[in-house]
Amino acid sequence: MYNGGKIIVGIAIFVGLFVFPIFYNMGKPSAMPEPKLDTPVINQLDEKRCVESADYMRANHMQLLDEWRDSVLRDGNFVYESSNGKKYVMSLQNTCMHCHSNKKEFCDSCHTYANVKPYCWSCHLESKEKAL
Amino acid sequence: MNAILSLFAVIGLALIAFIGVKVAHLEFLFGTAIPYIALAVFLIGVISRVLKWGRTPVPFRIPTTCGQQQSLPWIKQSKLDNPSTGAGVIGRMFLEVFLFRSLFSNTKFELREGPKLAYSSTRWLWLGGLAFHWTFFVVLIRHLRLFTEPVPGFLHSIEALDGFLQVGIPGVLISGVVLLFAATYLFLRRVFIPSVRYISLAADYFPLFLIMGVALSGILMRYVVRVDIVSVKMLTMGLASLSPVVPEGISAIFYVHLFLVSALFAYIPYSKIMHLGGVFLSPTRNLANNSRMVRHINPWNYPVEVHTYEEYENDFREKMKKAGLPVEKE
Repeated sequence: MYNGGKIIVGIAIFVGLFVFPIFYNMGKPSAMPEPKLDTPVINQLDEKRCVESADYMRANHMQLLDEWRDSVLRDGNFVYESSNGKKYVMSLQNTCMHCHSNKKEFCDSCHTYANVKPYCWSCHLESKEKAL
Repeated sequence: MNAILSLFAVIGLALIAFIGVKVAHLEFLFGTAIPYIALAVFLIGVISRVLKWGRTPVPFRIPTTCGQQQSLPWIKQSKLDNPSTGAGVIGRMFLEVFLFRSLFSNTKFELREGPKLAYSSTRWLWLGGLAFHWTFFVVLIRHLRLFTEPVPGFLHSIEALDGFLQVGIPGVLISGVVLLFAATYLFLRRVFIPSVRYISLAADYFPLFLIMGVALSGILMRYVVRVDIVSVKMLTMGLASLSPVVPEGISAIFYVHLFLVSALFAYIPYSKIMHLGGVFLSPTRNLANNSRMVRHINPWNYPVEVHTYEEYENDFREKMKKAGLPVEKE
């Protein structure tokens, strides 16, 4: 081996970088986030259904909110007709957060897990969690 | 032909994963076993290749000399292009590894009317290569968000910077798009420049297509075919914490992406992509040009038995005298 020291240091750095996640997560069991639906408003609902089905919301809520924003701000249209014919007022703070008043346990549980930082809250106010 | 073969090879790989998951339901194989095998092949392959290179003797200084070497004090030395010290070599290697300096000096020549020979610099390969490698690096780093919990803070900053255009939901990340375009440019360059096409082999096209496939499946997964990122993170965290789990309901495109990545990693040690280790071990780059200052002794030199003329004369002096031959010592 020629220049053995330098080469072994190089290999150690290389391997260290690639197995870094294994050491970083050692001994920390990863639990799947469970967004909580336990809020006073949701508990009082007869039919626990969001504006669309849970599966649809799980996959597409961000795009729905994006469409809502465009519809309200650009077209002045505040009414959303759901696929089952029900009508809702398109508003993050007054419609979504009315039921999901627990942003920390609902929104943030998955967003933090997946390292997603939606910029909703750079304009909107977070819900008044403490008041509830 | 080489290109078409490689394209079909990559499509074939994608189909294997797609059918394996959709029809045969081999989620465990494609989700955990193959990535682990690929990582093991990658690490062991790269290490053994580097060790093999390390065992190869480099007895003499063979750096490419691209400028004035160190000489008399009043002749200006080109310290980066012809380094004579360790610091100079480190500077040269740094610029080479991080900025591809040697590609920057790429020139082309052409015959113009006259006939006149004209040289000009061409920087497109440098620019394309730089865009490709750096975005690939950023994409790789960004994926750490799937392998760490809690996610370290610097990943937030990288992602915020990467998505600062705030186009669409989920926000377009610039690095992924640039990566796909740069890889496509590097491919088209091979196809449209005749001299480059002539020297392109299947081993040149295949990794390009593989990386394009990885980028494309990743982009589709983020913006079009949507996968459940929380389940995906469950799987990747299982991989990273050595306790693999396969959550249900992850769509097939994720497994296609993962399989293409696994194929890429397992392919690296046996392909041109090994330049990721090779660039550090290139004697034409990592040696200082100090042949005139330091004596470099061949490492495999062994003592050679010699029989000097003096000894020869001692052996045969009497006989030489009798034969009338001149001798040095009486």
